[in-house]
Amino acid sequence: MLKQIRPAFMMIVAMTIITGLIYPLGMTGIAQILFPHQAQGSLVSKDGKVIGSDLIGQNFADEKYFHGRPSATTDTDPGDATKSVPAPYNAANSAGSNAGPTSKALVDRVIQDAEKLKAENPSLPIPVDLVTTSASGLDPDITPAGAFFQVPRVAKARGLPEDRVRQLVKDSIQDRLLGIIGEPHVNVLRLNLALDTLTGVK
Amino acid sequence: MTVNGWIQIALFCAIVTALTKPLGGYMARLFSGERTFLSPVLGPVERALYRLGGVDEKTEHHWLTYGVAMLFFSVAGFLALYALQRLQAVLPFNPAGQAAVEESLAFNTSVSFVTNTNWQSYVPETTMSYFTQMAGLTVHNFVSAATGIALAVALVRGFARRSAQTVGNFWVDLTRGTLYLLLPISIVVGLFFVWQGMPQNLGAYTEATTLEGAKQVIAQGPVASQEVIKMLGTNGGGFFNANSAHPFENPNALTNLVQMVLIFVIAAALTNMFGRMVGNQRQGWAIFAVMGLLFLAGVAVLYSAEAPGNPAFASLGIDQAAGAFQAGGNMEGKEVRFGIANSALFATITTDASCGAVNTMHDSLMPLAGMVPLVNIMLGEIIFGGVGSGLYGMLLFAVLAVFIAGLMVGRTPEYLGKKIEAKEVKMAMLAILVLPLSILGFTAIATVLPDGLAGPANQGPHGFSEILYAYTSATGNNGSAFAGISANTTFYNSTLGIAMFVGRFLMIVPMLAIAGSLAAKKIVPPSGGTFPTDSPLFVGLLVGVILIVGGLTYFPALALGPLVEHLAMNAGTLY
Repeated sequence: MLKQIRPAFMMIVAMTIITGLIYPLGMTGIAQILFPHQAQGSLVSKDGKVIGSDLIGQNFADEKYFHGRPSATTDTDPGDATKSVPAPYNAANSAGSNAGPTSKALVDRVIQDAEKLKAENPSLPIPVDLVTTSASGLDPDITPAGAFFQVPRVAKARGLPEDRVRQLVKDSIQDRLLGIIGEPHVNVLRLNLALDTLTGVK
Repeated sequence: MTVNGWIQIALFCAIVTALTKPLGGYMARLFSGERTFLSPVLGPVERALYRLGGVDEKTEHHWLTYGVAMLFFSVAGFLALYALQRLQAVLPFNPAGQAAVEESLAFNTSVSFVTNTNWQSYVPETTMSYFTQMAGLTVHNFVSAATGIALAVALVRGFARRSAQTVGNFWVDLTRGTLYLLLPISIVVGLFFVWQGMPQNLGAYTEATTLEGAKQVIAQGPVASQEVIKMLGTNGGGFFNANSAHPFENPNALTNLVQMVLIFVIAAALTNMFGRMVGNQRQGWAIFAVMGLLFLAGVAVLYSAEAPGNPAFASLGIDQAAGAFQAGGNMEGKEVRFGIANSALFATITTDASCGAVNTMHDSLMPLAGMVPLVNIMLGEIIFGGVGSGLYGMLLFAVLAVFIAGLMVGRTPEYLGKKIEAKEVKMAMLAILVLPLSILGFTAIATVLPDGLAGPANQGPHGFSEILYAYTSATGNNGSAFAGISANTTFYNSTLGIAMFVGRFLMIVPMLAIAGSLAAKKIVPPSGGTFPTDSPLFVGLLVGVILIVGGLTYFPALALGPLVEHLAMNAGTLY
């Protein structure tokens, strides 16, 4: 039985070298050669500066931009390191709200957000993704319904005809893969970049 | 629920079913010691490993030695991982400057990854260095999975052999499983994941200036190489806190589909390997059918509970109906690119198996939907299950089922020509009873101690569900969570650590004892009175035994949590 001690320790060392160093470092090397853009995090640059990642949502609050979903991510309280404060779209601390379906805090939050949205566009029912936090807090997408809902506000803020903005949303919809896999969605950062291009904002 | 949703679910089922036979055949050859197409490349590496460890690959072991080797290996892995976490501040590949991991957290994490649980009391992107993620966590994603597969292979040999004293060589099974099975798939699919958008770098976190001019720090790392084995080995420990919901860990619906297939593929193939090794593939398909039926029942319940959305939002002018421009449903804690169908499917798969990766926050599931993951884990994660652990857990239930069938007709029970006698039944019951003892025992303790009650984030029955889920997940070596619970405390880190240990090893030892005892038996040729275990009747009986044993054991606890929450929700109560 005690003869099994030596292989136990030698195997863990050997496996660490093979699967813990050679494998991930080799994969990093190959990935950097074959797919450098993705391997670096699909970063988006504008005027030579990194403005974010295609895959990571941002906290849009300005009237003239389409907004992403509510985000439950937090950051350490600068005043007290043992506490945390809300910090939407904190891409260094992903998290969901973890609010259960019968949580009063959840329903209160949704009522508040719904009231704001209703004031902004009373003509349509509010798409559910605009009042619910995503699982990661970093969801880069909204539903097409969520984008159409925001068209009147964005068009007004930009002084554009609504149809023009609505067409832009339509062009930005990413459909299901092969018409089957996934759900239709709109990447908010890409949509807003297209919007800036449309109106010549730099 | 939508037609497209069900088509996506059907597509997943078709892919897994199609892969079961070819991969099962490959694994049967691999663990019978035959050459494979990778032998020319990996053979020298394999032999070097044996030389290094002083392993004689021709020597096979008694079940007890096999078990002791497995235990020593786990202890060595635990020590290495603990040391790595405590020393990470002075080790390389730490651009984010992570400090040493605190003791009780390092203990919890080490047990967690060695037992294939991957419960995470920590937030990875603010706790673990790249070095710890690679040389610690990724390594255990490989070897804890290979350990599980090895144990299942040992049990299958117990059924397949006659009058034998040995069940195989642990070191050979471990090495072959890692080198020939897990590593090649990880390399190929890992690169596919990078192509689809998963980062794979060693750089510092990126500092971006957003369109609105705010600063956004984007966590990076060698994600893809860890992600693929996290799924394939049914480990489930995320590179980031949000796990497979994080866009870097699961960039689109295609990676999501591949991840779900990875969770099930080895467990499904093991049923076929089992059939081949006992000389009748129909025996494997019977087990596959039992797993498939229970899986579909879980998806159906979960999907139908999520699709209508939250009744508390109904009067607020919020549209939760599925349509051309939105998936609708309960979107709290979900990602738009996955919607309801893919989230419901993922939540079922990850808890059927002992994976525990999540692409939706289970804590925010509707009450009856959240009950599905709980029940899946409580039944022992035998619905395909963890790599290896799913098959051996299911075979323990099969032993129990033939025993009950034997009692009904007054005949000595047999399974695959082996007489099932008092020893096997006692050991099977011991293994099966360990789970409720740990789950219900620890939950009961936590609900009366102040340290335990400090954990839940939600009030009312949902708070109880959070505690119940934590011990269920830990004991079942799943690793998913109702993540609102604050588990990074000394109390939870210690008790959950013990639960993970109990759930893994106290189940394995009796299981290996059965393997050894079965291997030593003769094979009785089938006669007119033999109960055919490849028939629909057996499939039905086995499903029944699983549900009755699970149902009776856990029903009271489920009534206090999700069931009462469902009734309260329909009555309009909030907490």
